[in-house]
Amino acid sequence: MRNLASLVFAGGLVFLLLALGAQLALGTPPMRVGSEILAVAPQEVGAANIVTAVLLGYRGFDTLGELAILFAAATAAGVVLGRRRAADVRRDPPGGEVLRTGADLLFPLLLVVGFYVIAHGHLTPGGGFQGGVILAAAFFTAILAQPARHLSHALIAWIEGLAGAAFILIGLWALLEDGHFLAPLLGQGVMGELISAGTLPFLSLAIGLKVGAELAGIMAHLSDAEAPDA
Amino acid sequence: MIGFNLESIALIGALGLIVIGALGMVATNHLMRMLLALVIAEAGGNLLIVLVGYRVGGVAPILGVGEPGAAMVDPIPQVLVLTAIVIGVGVQALAVALLLRIHRAYGTLDLRALRDRMDAEVAAAAGVAPDASQEAPLGARPLPPVPVGVTHGAGRTGPLPALERRA
Amino acid sequence: MTAWVALVVVVLMLVAAVAVLRLRSFVAAVAATSVVGLGLTVLFVLLQAPDVAMTEAAVGAGLSGVILALALRRLGLWRIEETRGGREDA
Repeated sequence: MRNLASLVFAGGLVFLLLALGAQLALGTPPMRVGSEILAVAPQEVGAANIVTAVLLGYRGFDTLGELAILFAAATAAGVVLGRRRAADVRRDPPGGEVLRTGADLLFPLLLVVGFYVIAHGHLTPGGGFQGGVILAAAFFTAILAQPARHLSHALIAWIEGLAGAAFILIGLWALLEDGHFLAPLLGQGVMGELISAGTLPFLSLAIGLKVGAELAGIMAHLSDAEAPDA
Repeated sequence: MIGFNLESIALIGALGLIVIGALGMVATNHLMRMLLALVIAEAGGNLLIVLVGYRVGGVAPILGVGEPGAAMVDPIPQVLVLTAIVIGVGVQALAVALLLRIHRAYGTLDLRALRDRMDAEVAAAAGVAPDASQEAPLGARPLPPVPVGVTHGAGRTGPLPALERRA
Repeated sequence: MTAWVALVVVVLMLVAAVAVLRLRSFVAAVAATSVVGLGLTVLFVLLQAPDVAMTEAAVGAGLSGVILALALRRLGLWRIEETRGGREDA
């Protein structure tokens, strides 16, 4: 009975949403802000990847807010889980030989890919958020294969704090220099080269380190939490 | 308009994911499955936002892709979704942490069993006799003793398996 | 051509999404969640959003699944026989 009611409700909801969605101008968006940004972004910011230009150049303050949300979520997860003393943590058994060797081989490769994605965020698809997630995955692969390996919470907290402070300091510098918080500085350089688009690569690096450290910290907390019946 | 093209199919997919996720959050009694349904609904919402910025025949908003001067898709929704995905994983981690704490405190993640145990705890703290279970059909059934290792369905021992199968 | 690829991917995603709610085993449900993330990645590529596709590939198909699987391990839902007790979804 409850199943039937759920299905009828879902069918009605799909029909309603579909009727609404069919009114959207799909495929031909109005793009009132988008076309403007597409027209002026290459000259104003100098980044080939316009998504990154919007993320760090036009909506930098909003990105700072997103980082604050992520920081709050990571901190809350750490507070909720609490700190376990290292002595009474029952660790998971270590992985097999194949898993450990594979993880050791993957670790440097994932680090290189992560930093590449961060460094080329203003030229190709990628940037701080994507690269940061890949960095966190690199550290977490190592922990999963060998649970006895410990990830230092203090080091993670330092990296996270310094990266966040760097982001805000670059913003304040721009405020002093240009009068606008997080305005791109340092000239644009030649579009398409690695060192171009002013302060955008540095902001990208700060975001990447901060996101990577936060996600790695969350997973280190989860991994340290006690297993109920291991 | 709805037709056999990319944007219509993606629209159906996005709405389907949102509805399945919302329905799953409402219809399940297990907190972990509720979290999984939330992940699905979030995926549908992200797809819908990116879809709104799609332009037929447009290229990705990166200079140097396609021939110069080609029309590009709207970059703004992509930026919004980019951050939303990363925030989403943070929210998931927070939810997982809360689930771990609930499991540590009450030993179950089933909503009905949780409600019964919270009621029993409140009654014990207030020093009154605990109410009968809210799921009890006759209103007079005392709380069943909860075995330690069982995680699901702990609060619903007993009555009428035939009824349950039909429900 | 693009529409056919999108059709296959969308059908796969919807089936996986229903499977997340119906499967008894939580491990399988988490794997199905990752399938949804993977299909979403393909759709983002088709919709000309490579940045978003990269994020979704790293998060939706990788990191999120790992976090959820780790949660299963810590919650004691990892072993399949423990989910046999009752129907958690009605």
